[in-house]
Amino acid sequence: MTRALWTHLVKDLRIEWRSREAVNSMLFFALLVVVLFSLSFDPQGAFSRDIAGGVLCVATMFASVSALNQAWAREIRHQVLDAQRMAPTPGADMFLAKVLANFLFVTVVQVVLAPVFVVMYNLRILGDAWKLALVLPFGTWALVANGTFFAALSIRSRNRELLLPLILFPIFMPALLAMVLATGSILTGDSDPSLWIKLLFGYDIIFTTVSLLLFEIVLHAE
Amino acid sequence: MKRIAIGLYAAATVALLVWGYYQAIFVAPDEATMHEVQRIFYYHVPSAMSAFLFFAVSLVGSIGFLASRRNYPEHAQRFDAWALAGAEVGVVFCSVVLVTGPIWGRRAWGIWWTWDARLTTTLILWLIYVSYLLLRRFAAGPQVQTLAAVLGIFGAIDVPIVYMANRWWRTQHPAPVFFGGPDSGIKDPRMLAAFGWNVLAWIAWGVLILGIRYYVERQSQKALAREALEALNQV
Repeated sequence: MTRALWTHLVKDLRIEWRSREAVNSMLFFALLVVVLFSLSFDPQGAFSRDIAGGVLCVATMFASVSALNQAWAREIRHQVLDAQRMAPTPGADMFLAKVLANFLFVTVVQVVLAPVFVVMYNLRILGDAWKLALVLPFGTWALVANGTFFAALSIRSRNRELLLPLILFPIFMPALLAMVLATGSILTGDSDPSLWIKLLFGYDIIFTTVSLLLFEIVLHAE
Repeated sequence: MKRIAIGLYAAATVALLVWGYYQAIFVAPDEATMHEVQRIFYYHVPSAMSAFLFFAVSLVGSIGFLASRRNYPEHAQRFDAWALAGAEVGVVFCSVVLVTGPIWGRRAWGIWWTWDARLTTTLILWLIYVSYLLLRRFAAGPQVQTLAAVLGIFGAIDVPIVYMANRWWRTQHPAPVFFGGPDSGIKDPRMLAAFGWNVLAWIAWGVLILGIRYYVERQSQKALAREALEALNQV
């Protein structure tokens, strides 16, 4: 880990620690989505197990968009981003630090949300619960790596808050599908989720690599 | 001379389209199990092939733009115009695929839509390129070309992953007609002829529209450059 990456990461974590903007807004938003889904679908018994994976993933996805927009909007103020573009450190470091920070935030949200979720949906996990510890981080990484990248991409456009979900969601769809199916099969215990975990892992590798390679271009786009 | 060539090409394209229509509707024989509705195949599959072709043009344009934007700005502008034109024409063909597919599916399967591998992949492909066009509309200023090129590359990488994911998930679409195994391929030569003419006609049509769109984009790029130059001269 290079020093620039570490500095960026510490800075992002410190800002978040002082304001707690991202985690709080995400948490409340995800909670709202979970409540809205339970009101509209009335989940009970086997049905709740079938949809729970999807609801959790979609709730995380919607919630993280608000935080990802903030991640770069914060750098725009006082021309911080321009200063960082001139700094002689690789842009990939800054990108990776932001991804790591946001990954931590979303993970915190998931950890807090999971018990609430289990209670509200009366869940009893029938498959191997420990596999969730693979699926959720892999899925979150896919979401956050792409989301951070596209947030940086849409930051200098008009109505950027609107643009991020519009370009992120189509690209994220295969990962969402894999994440939903993997969580679903773990919750119901009907099928083996390992294929979907492998797909998620491959998706993470491919898109993290491409993001790291192309981030410099996006950062210096003019 | 150039104008005459373009006019001739346009006339030939229209003639091909008429000939293709005649072949598909009147010459090709009735299909044994699906009957008349099978004729939509002569429009559905050529449109799908064209869509993939023009998305490939868009991808090449995006990569070319990123590769040449520093050292050959003039080339980069051309590549960018190709990328935009390819994406737009591709989206149109992809829309045709997504409209004709359900019409056929309603008769052949009894349902309009199913979340099958190829249907879902095509839909997501369409969504990705619509988001590409939205980005081009929303993002202002000169950086939009770079950003769009990056998104174009991301989208192209996503397509095979979407396809594999959905194939593992479920598949209902008929097996590939071509290169799908020993039993695949169209057996009736009249059907094959109708299909071939329509592929040719629709690709020719797409290339014509692509060329026009490219020309329009180049003109607007030049107009922008001229305006920028005039603004500089006034200072």
